[in-house]
Amino acid sequence: MEDILFLFEQYPIWEGFWANLKLAFFSAIFAFTLGVILALFRISPVRSMSWLSGAFINLVRNIPLTVLVVMGVLIFWGQLQINMHPDFDTNFFMLATIALSIYHAPFFAEAIRSGVNTVPLGQAEAARSIGLGFFAAARLIIIPQALRGAITPIGNTLIALIKNTTVAAAASVMEASGIMRTMIEFNPNLMVAIFLIIAIGFSLIVIPVGLLTTWLSERLAVTR
Amino acid sequence: MKTPWMKITALGAAGLLVLSACSPGATEDTAEDDAAGGGGGGGSVTVGIKYDQPGLGFREGNNPPTGFDVDVAKAVLAEMGYQEDQIEWVESPTPQRENMLENGQVDMIFATYSITDERDERVDFAGPYFMAGQDILVRTDENDIKGPEDLNGRNLCSVTGSTPAQNVRDMYADEVELVEQDGYSECLTFLQSGQVDAVTTDDIILAGLAASDEYAGEFKVVGSPFTEEPYGVGLPEGDVETCEQVNEAIQKLQDDGTIDELLAANTEGVDYEANAELNDNIELVTCGE
Amino acid sequence: MSTQYVLFDAPGPRSRRIITILNILVALIVIGVLVWVYQALAAQGQMSPHLWWNAINTNAWVNYLLPGLTFTLQAAAIAVVSSVVFGLFFGFLRLAPVRILRWISMVIVEFFRAVPVLVLMVFLHFFFSQYLSNVIDPRNSAYYAVIVALTLYNGAVIAELVRAGVRSLPAGQREAALAVGMTTTKSLRYVEVPQALVAMLPSLVSQFVIILKDSALGYIIGFSELLRYSRHLGAGYGNIMQALVVAAIIFIIINSLLVQLAQMLSRRLSSRTSGVTEVGIPGIAPIAGDTVEDEATETRAQAIIQQDKRK
Repeated sequence: MEDILFLFEQYPIWEGFWANLKLAFFSAIFAFTLGVILALFRISPVRSMSWLSGAFINLVRNIPLTVLVVMGVLIFWGQLQINMHPDFDTNFFMLATIALSIYHAPFFAEAIRSGVNTVPLGQAEAARSIGLGFFAAARLIIIPQALRGAITPIGNTLIALIKNTTVAAAASVMEASGIMRTMIEFNPNLMVAIFLIIAIGFSLIVIPVGLLTTWLSERLAVTR
Repeated sequence: MKTPWMKITALGAAGLLVLSACSPGATEDTAEDDAAGGGGGGGSVTVGIKYDQPGLGFREGNNPPTGFDVDVAKAVLAEMGYQEDQIEWVESPTPQRENMLENGQVDMIFATYSITDERDERVDFAGPYFMAGQDILVRTDENDIKGPEDLNGRNLCSVTGSTPAQNVRDMYADEVELVEQDGYSECLTFLQSGQVDAVTTDDIILAGLAASDEYAGEFKVVGSPFTEEPYGVGLPEGDVETCEQVNEAIQKLQDDGTIDELLAANTEGVDYEANAELNDNIELVTCGE
Repeated sequence: MSTQYVLFDAPGPRSRRIITILNILVALIVIGVLVWVYQALAAQGQMSPHLWWNAINTNAWVNYLLPGLTFTLQAAAIAVVSSVVFGLFFGFLRLAPVRILRWISMVIVEFFRAVPVLVLMVFLHFFFSQYLSNVIDPRNSAYYAVIVALTLYNGAVIAELVRAGVRSLPAGQREAALAVGMTTTKSLRYVEVPQALVAMLPSLVSQFVIILKDSALGYIIGFSELLRYSRHLGAGYGNIMQALVVAAIIFIIINSLLVQLAQMLSRRLSSRTSGVTEVGIPGIAPIAGDTVEDEATETRAQAIIQQDKRK
């Protein structure tokens, strides 16, 4: 027990998890926004938009996140010389956020699209037949049902995103998995305890999100 | 109905067996290695080197590795009675060196490994076989950076888990923006593109990097080493016997000028001179302390 | 079914004009971005042919890309097989008639699904090299850490797939099995799980995509896979960017092929099972939020079945 207290005193464990949460929060917002745009493009009648969105989704989805983060640092920052902040720590935090956002946007897009797919054809036909235009039909009929149908995949993507914030370690962002590594390196005898602290920490973040997803998806399920 | 998935499982199990028979390390002939003790004879010895530092430790695929560290390792092990084909080379990246020694992944490490008190707590060192000094690499057209004190407000790159960058920040310039990367090659691309103004580490490493064909003429070493970095041979904690053997070999190679020859051979064509004052009379560590 | 028909009327003349204008606009933007990227890179000298050539010539393939790819594929292949074994075992347990078995397997499965794979990998890497060095050659500890971490995580996901797959079967399958005198276990073993497995096959292939991608996490713990090798290539020839782009393209090609395979399987197999062969969202392992046991899932599964009947 004393050992564990020592770990909490000696290492910035809380700050580490806080960094993961911050990364997850900002990336989730950006990735979801980008995902909505991608989904709209994907289902739009404009051929080039849906092609562009499809190409982006298929490219990004097949690249490992680690590669994306490393590329962000080496190419986006290193070669294209895009500086977001003069302070390096902030800069790399932002870089990791961008990589995480880009990586997860396709998954949010597909989640939303799968939600749209759960809406029966008849709903749109009915909307049109009572004289609603595209935007009115989308806003009043399709999207409310689609979002409800997409809760489970969106929740799954969010959970994956939270766990994937650990990969920011590859962009030299100080977060929980990196701190775990340092802790084990200097206290190998406490290895298992250290792992459990970090693992339980993530469980405490992730499992409530999962439960909330289930609860929401059941509560808001569209009865058909 | 049961056939398809039975087949899948059987196929899978077979695949598992086949695949696990060829894991990465198993590709090499792993004779029982008793390298740590006795010296020479029939065993093999696993040596950790850098794979990505041209001029010091560099290896392409399964080609033989090259560089100053590699050559010194070969010479030392030859003195200890090992043939070249008894040496198995393993990559030991900077942040993992202590670990690899602690858990027996390697028997010894020749990888630009400076002897420091902090590291000495976890591993043992023999040597040093060379005295490097921390220096700064800048673009050829850079004239404002003449030493570490000029780095305030500038961007600096170094390698994760190494001390050089922290040194600069602690001792000379506390307003330096520091980015840490996995290897020096990334730092060089940043220096080339202008995202960082300087790369810092030991002079000999910088010289090796600056000399590679890809960057010929683009960078220069500032040339005022501001630390002493004694390159030692990393050994597992408590291995006094091997330590003494290695020291003996190093002493001999220093006395007969072999180490100087190896250095010259590996820095040919580079504007680099080892710090003569320090290198002329290296005092070897006492083993077992 | 194309979603376009759900949302849009066939475009009239005015819409068609707008669509044409948008098409041109998008094309211009795409071209603009590509030109900007090209110029930004060219200004850095990064488009010079020899840098790219050095990333794809024989030397690059023989000494870097192929060895790296071999380790990546090898680790992923082993992890796929072992995670199927793990997943079947715990998936079965989660359906077991004994409550305590269900609970134990639930805790294990949920734990490994909640812990980030990287955290698992980092821990196992240290653990193997510290405590299992006489079983596992310490030189390979990163390799095994990657395989075991991927197995535990993906196995847990597959266990969920098995369970969800069985739950999504029409109730008639189980009822029929019980009616001909099988026990619940036998019904599971001979009737339900086999069908669920066939139904799962496409999802398993897309799981391979996840495993392949996650194997790149091994880079962070020093496993010599494709990403690490391509970094070495970049270190040796001053073309780190080109080397990384090539590695990314290799990943994209292999994963796209796997995704296509999954879709093909999903079409082919739909006649061989009464389960649902649909591929989920490839690339993200589903955490089927339904951690609530028993009744809740029961009703949900029934809801799914009802829905399927209507399709």
